[in-house]
Parts: sequence; C-alpha cells; structure tokens
Amino acid sequence: MEALQAVLKNPPINTKNQNVKDRAEALMLKVLSAFKSSDIEKAVQSLDKNGVDLLMKYIYKGFEKPSENSSATLLQWHEKALSAGGVGSIVRVLTARKTV
Amino acid sequence: MAYHSFLLEPISCHSWNKDRTQIALCPNNHDVHIYKKDGTKWIKIHELKEHNGQVTGIDWAPESNRIVTCGTDRNAYVWSLKGEVWKPTLVILRINRAARCVSWSPKENKFAVGSGSRLISICYFEQENDWWVCKHIKKPIRSTVLSLDWHPNNVLLAAGSCDFKCRVFSAYIKEVEEKPGPTVWGSKMPFGEVLFESGPSGVSGGAGDGAGGGWVHGVCFSHSGNRLAWTSHDSTVAIAEGGKTSTISSLSSETLPLLCVSFITENSLVAAGHDCYPVLFVYDGTKGSVTFGGKLDVPKQTSQRGISARERFQNLDRRATSSETTEQGLESLHKNSISQISVLEGGKSKCSTFCTTGMDGGMEWSHGTSRYTHTHTTHTV
Repeated sequence: MEALQAVLKNPPINTKNQNVKDRAEALMLKVLSAFKSSDIEKAVQSLDKNGVDLLMKYIYKGFEKPSENSSATLLQWHEKALSAGGVGSIVRVLTARKTV
Repeated sequence: MAYHSFLLEPISCHSWNKDRTQIALCPNNHDVHIYKKDGTKWIKIHELKEHNGQVTGIDWAPESNRIVTCGTDRNAYVWSLKGEVWKPTLVILRINRAARCVSWSPKENKFAVGSGSRLISICYFEQENDWWVCKHIKKPIRSTVLSLDWHPNNVLLAAGSCDFKCRVFSAYIKEVEEKPGPTVWGSKMPFGEVLFESGPSGVSGGAGDGAGGGWVHGVCFSHSGNRLAWTSHDSTVAIAEGGKTSTISSLSSETLPLLCVSFITENSLVAAGHDCYPVLFVYDGTKGSVTFGGKLDVPKQTSQRGISARERFQNLDRRATSSETTEQGLESLHKNSISQISVLEGGKSKCSTFCTTGMDGGMEWSHGTSRYTHTHTTHTV
C-alpha cells in the first residue's frame, strides 16, 4: 500500500528524458501486479482525486506495452479506478498534454 | 419541463427574443429559422437566408430587437425587423477563418465575434458612415476562440479558447462609451488588455496533474460580474473570483466533458455537455470549492422486468456482465450532446427556467422543481 503511494508521489511528468519515464513505468507495473486482487479496491479508495487520475494515466501507459500477465491485472485496476474516478478521469488521460 | 423535438438535425445554436415567445435557431445549415410559440406548438414564421456557410452563432438583443448571426463563411449579419421582414446588414469582420460564436454586449451597442483565426472581433456601429466597424483583439490568443461572455459593465469580455486558457479582455471602445469604473478584475482597461488569464485547468497543488488542460468550451460571468466560470475539455469546471489572483477553484468531474455553462444564482451554475443531461454545481465562496450538486434530468422509471436466463447468457457473452443494469439507450431526455444553454427567466441571479439545445432537438427545464413532464412533439420541416 505504501509502495503505491510512494510510486505515485513524484511522477516524471515534466521530464523529457524517456529513460526516466520508462523506469518509472516499469516500477509502477511491478507495484500494481504485486497487489492481491482483493486489495486493489482498498488501495484505490485510499487515493485522492489527483491520485486516481494519475493511476489512470499509468494504467493506460501500461496498456500500450502488454507483457504476459500485465493486461489482466491492469484491467482489474482499471475497473476499480473507473468506479472511483468516473469517465472524467479517462477523459483527463486523453486530454493531458504532459504524459507520465 | 417540456421536450420539443424541432427536427432530426442538430441545432447549431439558438437564441430567444425578449419575451421568450420566439426562438431563432440554426438547423445545421446556412439559414436561421425563427419559430413562434403558439400554445404548445411551435410555428416557423421566418427564414433568414443570407449566410453562405453554416451559422455558428446567433444572439438576439432583447431591447433593440436585433439579431446578430455569424457563420463559417467568415461573415456576420445584423438583422433588424422592418415591418414583418428581417433585413440583414453585412458586417465585415476581416477574419480569414470561420466565426465561431457571437454575443451582444449588455447595452447592445457592440457585439463580439470569436473566430478560428485566433482573434476576437469587437464590432460597433459608426453613425457617420452608417456602417459596422470592427476592431480586433489578437494577443495573446493562440488558437480558436470557442466561447464568449460579456461582463455586465459592457466593457469586459471573457473568452474561452482552444489554447487551453480562459481570459478576460477589455473591449473598451472609446467611440461608443465612457471610461468604465474599476472592477474587481482591474482598473486600467485599454482596449485589448488582458485582465485575467487562467492557467491550464488550474488544479492547485495537485500531484502535477493539473498541467494538462483542455479546450475551454464554455465561459460565463456571474450576474454581478465578480465571478467567472468555465468548462474545459478535460472534464473540469472551474470558477475564478476576480480581484484575488489565482483563486481558481476547479472540480474534476466524473462525467464526459461539459460544453456549456451558465450561472443561475451567484453561487450555483448549471452545465451540460457530452453526457446529454444538465448538471448543477455549487460554489462555496468562503471555502473556495466547487461541488457537484446533482443531475437535473430525472428520467422516467422504466419498468423493471426480470431477464430470462437466455438474456443473461447473451449479456455475459456480449458485455461480460450478466446484470441487467446496462443502458441500451440513454436515459436522459436529450439523446445526444447538449451544445448550448440559455437562461429563460430570472436572469443569471435567480434563474427559474433555462433551455438547452443540442445535437438532437430543443428542450426546456425548470430549476427548482423535481418533476418533469415529458411531452414530445415532432415538427416536420
């Protein structure tokens, strides 16, 4: 749980260095897959609105490069984040000009 | 309280006359149709054909009874009623892209046109030449101006644009008015001065997420002019209070982007957009927060029928859920995005009725009552 908060705390939004972004995204993916399915909902509830938006951004970034099991866990996270953030959070992922 | 389906085409824009008996609207073509209310039916009484491109903005001045229209043919026309006929006067806007929105100023001596050529044209009538003259506001607009709203002092103009910003400009024309007094937005107001510019969708102090922003679709001043609200394509609605820089409170909503917004009291506003129903937002000035007030569309309760086992498996196959709570059709009264809201009664301080039009037809709502009757009249054109 704390790992999730920590990895969401300083997202590499303003950097132009693609390496930094890739490393952050890989780390995020590790954290997300380390969660048990039953804990996902609690973790999403513990985030504030900005956190949910940020989580959505990472989820969609993760969808872009699917590895063997990642899509399944990402979809579970997506479902819970959607019920927390609503369609608006997805719109914000699409319109955000600074990607994570 | 009543839903009138005018036609099957989207309504690009609409405007009401002073006593709300006539509505001018553009049915997504080059004309403007004026309908008159006759009991519960609407009769088309005039067709204004002059534009060569789609009409994108209509505004009906209540006191002087003139209509200004602007369109994608880069022109604007001011229509005056002479006898029973509306006579147009061409206004040369000197723009090289389509005009997007138009609005009469509160005193109706000038109007503003927002356009795709990244500028706002402020037009006023010059008596000596008997001609409408326009002045441009260019800097620092970097993209199409999507929406405009005048401040009640007739000088300040709020503009929302595709460069993700909402700005307040001064549109002071010394030929037609005197120097305005100071307002909360500033005291020096030469023409074209930017008095306020919003940061991109200002979520203050967020985890870096507020640096996105989206096209600003709708702007609205409150009745006193001290507050400015705008909606943006990243599903946020924001309110700024004049005078204190950077008190921007914004709410990231959970709905699809809202396209239009209007204050209905000093503290609350109604907005509507791609989600096809109007929603209410309440602003708390002391705390500086915007909260979601609720949906203003109470659909008829469709009868709950149990679903058969066969349907359950079909749902499971198609939608991966076996529950019945899937919306086959929209439950709202509007069936497509709402593009414009106009206040009918009560002004922006105590609005009691407002009207929404969208990509499917026209509608009226009453704020403050919680029951809506649904009458559906189709009018074939």
